[in-house]
Amino acid sequence: MAHATMADDLTELYHPKTFIGKYIWSQDHKVIAIQYTITAVSVGLVALTLSWFMRLQIGFPGMFEFIDADSYYQFTTMHGMIMVIYLLTALFLGGFGNYLIPLMIGARDMVFPYLNMLSYWVYLLSVIILMASFFAPGGPTGAGWTLYPPQAILAGTPGQEWGIMLMLTSLIVFIVAFTMGGLNYVTTVLQARTKGMTLMRMPLSVWGIFVATILGLLAFPALLVSGIMMSLDKLIGTSFFMPAIVSMGEQLEYSGGSPVLFQHLFWFFGHPEVYIVALPAFGIVSDILSTHARKNIFGYRMMVWAILVIGGLSFVVWAHHMYVSGMNPFFGFFFATTTLIIAVPTAIKVYNWVLTLWKGDIHLTVPMLFAIGFIFTFINGGITGLFLGNVAVDVPLSDTYFVVAHFHMVMGVSPVLVVFAALYHWFPKITGYEFNERLGKIHFWGTFLGTYAIYLPMHYLGILGMPRRYYDYLDAAFIPDSAYLMNQSITIAALIVGAFQMVFFANVIYSLIKKKKSDPNPWNATTLEWQTPDNPPVHGNWGPTLPVVHRWAYDYSVPGAEKDFLPQNMPRGADPNAQEEHT
Amino acid sequence: MNIFQKLAVKPWSDDAHVDMTVEGGFHATPAKVGLRFFLFVVSVLFFLLTAAYFMRKGMIDWVKLPLPPLLMVNTMVLVAASFALQWAKNSGRDGNLKNLRLGLVLGGVLTIGFLVGQMMVWEDLSALGYFAATNPSNAFFYLFTGLHGLHMVGGLVAWGRATSSAWRSDADVEQLTQRTDLCAAYWHYLLLIWLYVFGLLIIT
Repeated sequence: MAHATMADDLTELYHPKTFIGKYIWSQDHKVIAIQYTITAVSVGLVALTLSWFMRLQIGFPGMFEFIDADSYYQFTTMHGMIMVIYLLTALFLGGFGNYLIPLMIGARDMVFPYLNMLSYWVYLLSVIILMASFFAPGGPTGAGWTLYPPQAILAGTPGQEWGIMLMLTSLIVFIVAFTMGGLNYVTTVLQARTKGMTLMRMPLSVWGIFVATILGLLAFPALLVSGIMMSLDKLIGTSFFMPAIVSMGEQLEYSGGSPVLFQHLFWFFGHPEVYIVALPAFGIVSDILSTHARKNIFGYRMMVWAILVIGGLSFVVWAHHMYVSGMNPFFGFFFATTTLIIAVPTAIKVYNWVLTLWKGDIHLTVPMLFAIGFIFTFINGGITGLFLGNVAVDVPLSDTYFVVAHFHMVMGVSPVLVVFAALYHWFPKITGYEFNERLGKIHFWGTFLGTYAIYLPMHYLGILGMPRRYYDYLDAAFIPDSAYLMNQSITIAALIVGAFQMVFFANVIYSLIKKKKSDPNPWNATTLEWQTPDNPPVHGNWGPTLPVVHRWAYDYSVPGAEKDFLPQNMPRGADPNAQEEHT
Repeated sequence: MNIFQKLAVKPWSDDAHVDMTVEGGFHATPAKVGLRFFLFVVSVLFFLLTAAYFMRKGMIDWVKLPLPPLLMVNTMVLVAASFALQWAKNSGRDGNLKNLRLGLVLGGVLTIGFLVGQMMVWEDLSALGYFAATNPSNAFFYLFTGLHGLHMVGGLVAWGRATSSAWRSDADVEQLTQRTDLCAAYWHYLLLIWLYVFGLLIIT
């Protein structure tokens, strides 16, 4: 199996001299990662603001003149799409994937640095196209983030002329960008690992990002196909998805198309997308828990296998989003079964996280708080998933606030908590400076408790039968006054939680101004990125020679070890327990 | 070790067995591995289109589109392009720069010929009134051929870069052969996809 690695090959690495070459048109994976992160977070702030506007309307209907029915739907649509695709997907894979993969596997850079650079700029283009729809005639599309036809391209839906086309174009461009990045991540993990870095010595962060990238490469084509087909329906009048339809009293030219076909394609992408976001989060949180509990991850192999099994199963559960779409009921039974099966590997991961904490030497640092917060939130969101996975329970709960609460807990708040855990954890490595611990803790408690104030009550609203996506409930008889009161409280909580995120930015700015140098390995972590000769690592990462890996990533609290942990690149001879381990 | 054995290794206790070299997934250059993954993605794209094709075909308004005989000629041209690039690659391996250049140019010209032929098919069909919007069967025909054509155009970009570098005075035959190898692999695969699409359209 042994063969030469390209990892030692220095000739390919191109060292730019100018500022523009270093920081703008950069081919350095670390700079590209930061570019991805800044862009994703900026566009995420736009989506956060949109959610404020939405909540203002739901909590205090009619009080704000700039929110009419059309703009409400536009805010909802753009909020959902931006958060799922342009923030979370881009941040986990383009941001953390780019930064961590080469450093964690001991490579100098991605295997295709030029393609990597291109990937970022094409991603930026997709963001610009999407943002342009705010300024286009008619505004952005208000079709809901799922963009279901026929309504997505019919008169009556806001943004049906420009908005929807800009959205579809932007998605297609995003997929091109993702494919360029994704090919890079997969190939780098397979071909550029340093000596001794076997597959089963890779940190779980790399495993999560790696498998999520493969899911993305398989799932995004479905979105591409449906995006192209819907564009054709809109632009040249084909009838892929459009049935014969009367719109605004006028018989349209369409006939025979199948809206359900779109739903199948969309969710064949849409469900793996959940795991494209979740798997990197799973991986990262595993590493953070292990490091800050000073204990090896419980059941490393099981964790890897669970990631692989979840990845595989995520492709056979998509139609659980379509129980009420008029599908054959037998399909519903099949998809309910697969959906419940996927809870098994997921539960294994949750148990293993908890067992990693069991009797660990838990340091309640800021990243650790966020990581533990993730476990709570993910369990909450996951359990409501079991409700919704059952057809009989899903039918009455479908399209209510119960669903909104479920998916915000499981793939909104949970991954965002991991994003912050990771940003705090790697901040000293990325910038070389310490962040302010107290501000970090304030940020955590505000975010963690605040999100519960938002999403726990939503479950009750859903059980009351309050439908989602309504601009105004117009005093419907089945909704009690207390529901309106609850919505006001949710809105106030949402405003506060949103504002709390500013604490994070204040912390970043404060730390960058204060410039308090961080220890190169402040958390005493074992993985390679903390062992770089420079902090923050420079272009090329490793100085003259690449690190050699001698052990797995979880040697914490090793008896007799000098600093209670053994970095991955520490030779066997230096290990006080080497003899014991051999026998 | 096969992949299952690799995934069964206990990393906390396997120090005695790990040989200190990278056990990369494939015996190939990164470019080749990247290309393979890309072709995998392309296959998924066409697979999903096929699934959509069959779902849409089940509806009552489907009227089969007559396939112009010119498609047969185009197919032959694409086969020839694939052969030409294979010949270019083999010549490069033997160190024959002249034939390598000839093969590259031939491959590219034939591919452009294929694309022109496909556009002629589109023109003929439109002239006969088979517009994309007239019937879903037509729409799928344009979609399949269009997407395949776009992938060929993408291939031509890579081909253009390889070919232009073949005429540089300091052309490195070995490096050029590697690039031609990637082109040839891409062409063969897209030929396969075209045969698949063509077969699908004929049979159904």
